[in-house]
Amino acid sequence: MAEYQNIFTRAQVRFPLHDGVPLPAGNEARIGKPVFAYWLGRIGDAQLGPIYLGWYGFAALLSGFIAIEIIGLNMWASVGWDPIEFVRQLPWLALEPPPAEYGLSLPPLNEGGWWLLAGFFLTLSIFLWWMRIYTRARALGLGTHVAWAFAAAIWLYLVLGFIRPIAMGSWSEAVPFGIFPHLDWTAAFSIRYGNLFYNPFHMLSIAFLYGSVLLFAMHGGTVMATARYGSEREVEQAWDRGTAYERSGLFWRWTMGFCANAESIHRWAWWFAVLVPLTGGIGILLTGTVVDNWYLWGMKHGLVPPYPETGVADPAAMPMQGGSQ
Amino acid sequence: MKIAAWLFGVIFAALTAFMLLTAGWERPPIDSQQTGYRGTGMVDVINPRMEAELQSAQVVPEPTPLPPAAGPTAGDIYQNVQVLDDLSIARFTRLMQAITEWVSPEQGCAYCHNLNNLAEDSVYTKVVARRMLQMTQNINNEWGDHVQQTGVTCYTCHRGENVPQYGWFNSDPAAKAVGGMAGWRNGQNRASPEVGLTSLPEDPYTSYIDGDEDIRVIGSTALPDGDSRATIQSTEGTYALMIHMSEALGVNCTYCHNSRGFSVWNESTPQRAMSWYGLEMARTLNNDYVSPLSEVLPAHRLGPTGQGLKINCTTCHQGVNKPLNGVSMVDGFPSLGKPSSNETESVAELSEVPVDNSSAAAGAQPVRGQVSSRDSALE
Repeated sequence: MAEYQNIFTRAQVRFPLHDGVPLPAGNEARIGKPVFAYWLGRIGDAQLGPIYLGWYGFAALLSGFIAIEIIGLNMWASVGWDPIEFVRQLPWLALEPPPAEYGLSLPPLNEGGWWLLAGFFLTLSIFLWWMRIYTRARALGLGTHVAWAFAAAIWLYLVLGFIRPIAMGSWSEAVPFGIFPHLDWTAAFSIRYGNLFYNPFHMLSIAFLYGSVLLFAMHGGTVMATARYGSEREVEQAWDRGTAYERSGLFWRWTMGFCANAESIHRWAWWFAVLVPLTGGIGILLTGTVVDNWYLWGMKHGLVPPYPETGVADPAAMPMQGGSQ
Repeated sequence: MKIAAWLFGVIFAALTAFMLLTAGWERPPIDSQQTGYRGTGMVDVINPRMEAELQSAQVVPEPTPLPPAAGPTAGDIYQNVQVLDDLSIARFTRLMQAITEWVSPEQGCAYCHNLNNLAEDSVYTKVVARRMLQMTQNINNEWGDHVQQTGVTCYTCHRGENVPQYGWFNSDPAAKAVGGMAGWRNGQNRASPEVGLTSLPEDPYTSYIDGDEDIRVIGSTALPDGDSRATIQSTEGTYALMIHMSEALGVNCTYCHNSRGFSVWNESTPQRAMSWYGLEMARTLNNDYVSPLSEVLPAHRLGPTGQGLKINCTTCHQGVNKPLNGVSMVDGFPSLGKPSSNETESVAELSEVPVDNSSAAAGAQPVRGQVSSRDSALE
């Protein structure tokens, strides 16, 4: 059996069960007795638990639960509380933002008010979860890179549901909570503003998204390919002759002349990932506020290639010809 | 390795089962034909297996020979002939027989007439039929921009049914109403066949081909100009209408649009202009002919708002881009109106859109309608 074809790790990572380092003063206790799980050991560390909940975690889960409850109960109410229809139509159901006529004012509860409430609790939950990630990293003496990467995603979320609707002066501009409805919203958004593909920040976001995928494949492939030389000990190997990381560096210098090092590859990955929502959020924020039609904007600035004109003219701009209508 | 193979096998089997057990999937191969400039994705997508069935459904009845126009007219001989009074008796009788065949083959004359007094207007269907005759004449005489030389007859929509198989009722206001504490859905978010099983607003008709809400939502200038303020929600309404048109004609978006710029007319196909007239036509017919008839219809013919069945694109098209595959029946029935021919050349001519089919584009000079200075600089 060829080792590289396996989807599982080759090592069961098992240390004696442990709770982890002592926590700083003022922290809650960790919850749960740790146990070993064989199948978790096939994809990661075999130890499950303990978990640290803390007040941020508890509050985040509670407000997240409230948000999901508001969304789910509204969906259920929208099919007349029929449990079968709720399951059957679930992908189509949604909690809709208020109609345009309410602007930024507070709409009635059942005409977008629930949407505002769900959005408030979901945002609160996400912020609390961010706090949890930040404080847990600090408690362990880590950097806060994960928290800031999460903050980049929160930026895009806030642009879509909060910042841009305020800039446009209407909550109705925001995304509905629902599976297909949010996808239809996305398509309608692109159509309304003359094709989002011609938005340079959308282009950047896609480039970073696909770039992240490429980097992920390159890095994952490289590390697995050099695992036999101990590449899982990444950083300490970076400087030594003949080690996994020297070989993988050599490999990339042979194939493309340049290689990252064991530390910088993770900076590449972090920045590519973070720039996906950062640039995407800028692109969404500019849409409708600064640019109304990205196709025409692209034409104006030489971004869009001209194609042969079909000679078709807008009939609304011509007198009706077929008769006296 | 074995586990991985099993895992992939299970996923493959699950996806296959999902595909087999849910509706709407079509097996390959699918034919496609290029209809626009290369690289724009403008293609007609045709499933040859479903196409055969669709084509065979477009059955056109053979008309009987047209009798002479001379002789006494229907208005001279019969009483209460309001629309076809100038028609010769022979032609009048032939048309009545044809209408019976098109609309009420089972019930016969009695579907519209009191057989003891054919002139009487006591049966509501006779009142409706008279108005529908006027509508057919109006379509053929005034809407050549849409129906071209082909024109329409009663059969275009009725196909042997009392009421056309395809039409729509104004949706129940309850779908949009704000009732109770929760669950308002703004008339959307249902797996509705009217909008191709998307979650878009499920009644795209009331607003656009009954009312005259603006269908155009895309910004007309690069930068916001202050008055182009169509919302995302109204865009979803337009999107729903477009899905209806696509379903009604069995075509995709690129049949009319270059999808890179949906609103741009000089990158669209001539079919888009025809469709524009089609929407104007449907709205006018609904307002002038169909809606007012709701007053004479019996309760079982009315929808949730007390209005009768109305016209949308499917009413005539029934899944094909040209109703009855473009076979004209109106030639055999001149009394139903004459499609005008003055202006339609422009559209006919334009169906020759420059199409560059050469895959070896490197050597061949591409067909270009207009080469801009920027384009030449690149070459």
